[in-house]
Amino acid sequence: MAVNTAYAGRSYAPTEPYAVGREHVREFALAVGASHPAHHDVEAARALGHPDVVAPPTFLVVVAQRAEAQLIQDAEAGIDFSRVVHADERFTHHRPVHAGDELVTVLHVDSITERAGIAMVTTRCEISDAGGMPVASVVSTLAVRGEGA
Amino acid sequence: MTRPVLDDLEVGAVVGTRTVELDRAALVRYAGASGDRNPIHWDERFAREVGLPGVIAHGMLTMGAAVTLVEDWAGDPGAVVDYGVRFTRPVPVPEQGVAVLEVTATVGAVDRDAGTVRVDLTVTVEGARVLGKAQALVRL
Repeated sequence: MAVNTAYAGRSYAPTEPYAVGREHVREFALAVGASHPAHHDVEAARALGHPDVVAPPTFLVVVAQRAEAQLIQDAEAGIDFSRVVHADERFTHHRPVHAGDELVTVLHVDSITERAGIAMVTTRCEISDAGGMPVASVVSTLAVRGEGA
Repeated sequence: MTRPVLDDLEVGAVVGTRTVELDRAALVRYAGASGDRNPIHWDERFAREVGLPGVIAHGMLTMGAAVTLVEDWAGDPGAVVDYGVRFTRPVPVPEQGVAVLEVTATVGAVDRDAGTVRVDLTVTVEGARVLGKAQALVRL
């Protein structure tokens, strides 16, 4: 089944809040080899002016991925995950993410283009905090190979 | 911890290098920490069935590991305000042994008015680039 290009331009309702946990920040930092003390030690983070441990720059993939599931797991969208390759990813932070943040995400499908049997699906997650202040944008492009590609 | 000073930075200067070794255990750990449980990152048979050379690293793991160099150089991980990459080549991880990422960070551009520096990352495996246009913007 081909990717449904009619999904381009679609936006979704805000997600339920995602609670950023201190242990999860530490675990994610360990998994990517981020050993800076501000990821692990609350006092080291506070010494740099942060309220709690700082999430690594790519941590928000965890949050974005949950929001993107609204599109990916929608059978009508026609995205066969076994034929997906991650093409690009970009995080733009308006402020750092810390343990204790409650994050709400609005998913946008910015574009779906097809070329030579490959569909490029670009999504954008606009992530804000409990007070509605913008925290970050996460833009991700997936390449979905068609049956013949 | 000393932090870099914007006025001291010259475009093209190397700010650091790092070698990152990824084994299968690292992929399982990243799968758990990130919630990305796609079997192409741990199931050899599945990876081959979908046309890959074998189990490959999560692109997001390569991306996340490469930028640790910039975080440490900046002296504050919160100073990395923007970070984007293209995934240009998969990173196969053998069942035994490791895949070796070689990371080099150079000053790409300095914006004194904005107080930011763009750090360009070169990430290679066996001499071939696995990330394209890997750029981190750091506020100093």
